[in-house]
Amino acid sequence: MHLFNGSNIFLKDIPVYSEPEFRGLVIAACQNGGRLLNFFGQALAADLIRLLAIVGYDDEGKIVPYATTLSGSPASYECLTKDWFAAHLFEREIAEQWAVVPREHPWLKPLRYHENYRGVPDVWPQVMAKTIPGMYPFYKVEGEEVHEVGVGPVHAGIIEPGHFRFQCHGEQVLHLEIQLGYQHRGVESLMTSGDLRRCALLSESIAGDTVVGHSTAFCEVVESLSGCLIPARAQAIRAVGLELERVANHVGDLAALSADVGFLPPAAFFGRMRGDYLNLLLTLMGNRFGKGLCRPGGVLFDIPNDMAAELIRELKVCQKEFEDVSELLFTRPSVLARFEELGVISSESAFKYGLVGPAGRASQLARDIRTDYASGIWQFYHIPVSLAATGDVYGRALVRRQEVLRSLDFLIRILSALPEGMIFVQPGPMKKDAMALSLVEGWRGELMHIAITDWKGDWARYKIKDPSFHNWTALAMSMRGEEISDFPLCNKSFNLSYAGHDL
Amino acid sequence: MLMTRLQQGRRTIAFPKGKLPVLPPRYRGQPIIAGSGESWDLGQMTFSPDENVTYSPDFRMAVSKREDLRRSLEVCELAQGLTKEMKQLFGRSLKLRQVSAGGCNACELDLNVLNTVVFDLSRFGIQFVASPRHADGIVVTGPVPRNMKDALIKTYEATPEPKIVIAVGTCAISGGIFAKGPEHSCGVDAILPVDLYIPGCPPHPLTILDGLLRLIKKIKI
Repeated sequence: MHLFNGSNIFLKDIPVYSEPEFRGLVIAACQNGGRLLNFFGQALAADLIRLLAIVGYDDEGKIVPYATTLSGSPASYECLTKDWFAAHLFEREIAEQWAVVPREHPWLKPLRYHENYRGVPDVWPQVMAKTIPGMYPFYKVEGEEVHEVGVGPVHAGIIEPGHFRFQCHGEQVLHLEIQLGYQHRGVESLMTSGDLRRCALLSESIAGDTVVGHSTAFCEVVESLSGCLIPARAQAIRAVGLELERVANHVGDLAALSADVGFLPPAAFFGRMRGDYLNLLLTLMGNRFGKGLCRPGGVLFDIPNDMAAELIRELKVCQKEFEDVSELLFTRPSVLARFEELGVISSESAFKYGLVGPAGRASQLARDIRTDYASGIWQFYHIPVSLAATGDVYGRALVRRQEVLRSLDFLIRILSALPEGMIFVQPGPMKKDAMALSLVEGWRGELMHIAITDWKGDWARYKIKDPSFHNWTALAMSMRGEEISDFPLCNKSFNLSYAGHDL
Repeated sequence: MLMTRLQQGRRTIAFPKGKLPVLPPRYRGQPIIAGSGESWDLGQMTFSPDENVTYSPDFRMAVSKREDLRRSLEVCELAQGLTKEMKQLFGRSLKLRQVSAGGCNACELDLNVLNTVVFDLSRFGIQFVASPRHADGIVVTGPVPRNMKDALIKTYEATPEPKIVIAVGTCAISGGIFAKGPEHSCGVDAILPVDLYIPGCPPHPLTILDGLLRLIKKIKI
């Protein structure tokens, strides 16, 4: 029994195993060519929790669900993290959301600091009574001249809040622990309580820099459950939005990287050019971030021929400018000296942490949903996967540069050959007692939405995963052994989402 | 490098001098009020295209009082400037500290954009600073969920008097789509006095700039 990106399954068809069997099967699947795409809980009754693990096989584009049920309060099971490290945040999330203890978890502490969803005593009752994240012991290095540096939640720039706790010896960072949760707005539970129109707005506010990515995933699960086949033209316009979003953000990241090494001309040029791409989105659909483009059933804005021609003309100008300015940045020895060999994540570590997106591709992990789990327009268009081998800041910058160029190529190609037809069809009622999933390659990497319906066809559970959820650990690990003053640069090279993590 | 610099040219917009910049026809700005019975609360709107509203391309929407955001034919008041004493203090140099309190990063990014060469915020004497202790006021984005309340209040308290508070975006003004959610997000003015409301989801950088310039009386009409 397996699924594909965008498909759905009746809940009764998902195999349910005993807890030890479940654990054995999931770990065996991960060790034999699969990887953990998602792992989450759902309350079936006051005292009954279902755990669902979703394993994906990148080579085949095949997705396999595994389920088990747990009862009791606190319920517990033997953690997967011991044998599959990339499960560690999923298990902390399960512990927090459902008051289920993953036994022998190496670092079990709250993730976002909220009460559990089933109204039983929390795994950490003394901590949850307070609402301030970070009121919990951090991993501590002891010894003479070892000191701690705490940064955040309110940071120096115009960025989102999070707390970074460095363990340092002199300037050298021995360990960094990142505590998030400040941005927690309760998106997953809001999704199950709202109507579809409100859900669409919520999906656009999961991460304001990944609007098209998240809203596409949301639309795809609704369309899957309601058996709605959207027109090819709508799929193409979603892809235009998705790639404009990718290009804008990557260019913005290159601007930030230039600024952080003190090379201001490209910082200014890239910074302005990022705005050009956002303005193309504004022309296309009236919002610089793509809010209001995707709705279940298609898109709300068409691209008339004259607009397509105008977009192509502007994209060609942008392409030329991007090439010139990247040349400026990537050929300066003083820039390369700062980028190279900083914040290295080896290919093995990247695999172990379960990295996704450009950060993973910079460490030679050839993971890209548009290729591996192609759905929608990606079944007909292919963007080559951009890889780097170094796994350092340079690698992450280089992958972005390549991806911008390739996405611009794609945009020009698809805008000159938009499929004919409608842009919207009304979706019907949703399947009952079913689960649908959708994977989208957002600009930070793989994001995933999973929706489960109840016997009436209403949401019973909505699970959201932002790519940042996979990648925050790698940022922390990449700082080991580096100087604390290199943190801003290293951080920008990942540029992860706080809101997407905290939900 | 010099060649690239020459090719890039000058990109800073003339605003607020000269004609008003024209945004693309699909841009959703100030709603058009049809009749005297109709009113829209700009502080709760997400400016979504599937809302039953006709939008105009007018980006000027910032106001000084919460009730001025409830637009009708009768109420159409844009932001008032600072008082004479406050303007003497901040009119030529306004340092702001930004606090993201549950913001999705869209408002934050469009605040950052004001620092690019296109808007060049510092030419008006307005600057975002790294510490509340160096600031004359705070700019808040996001619906202020439970886990950010303390940090927001502490940042406000660390800012020396006299100080101003600016709420940017629908979430910061009313909690937006997160209001009544499980994390008790109800916007900034439930806990701090707000001097300037800038609506939008997110507001266009010009909307923010227009609001800031009205505050320091660089725009008066």
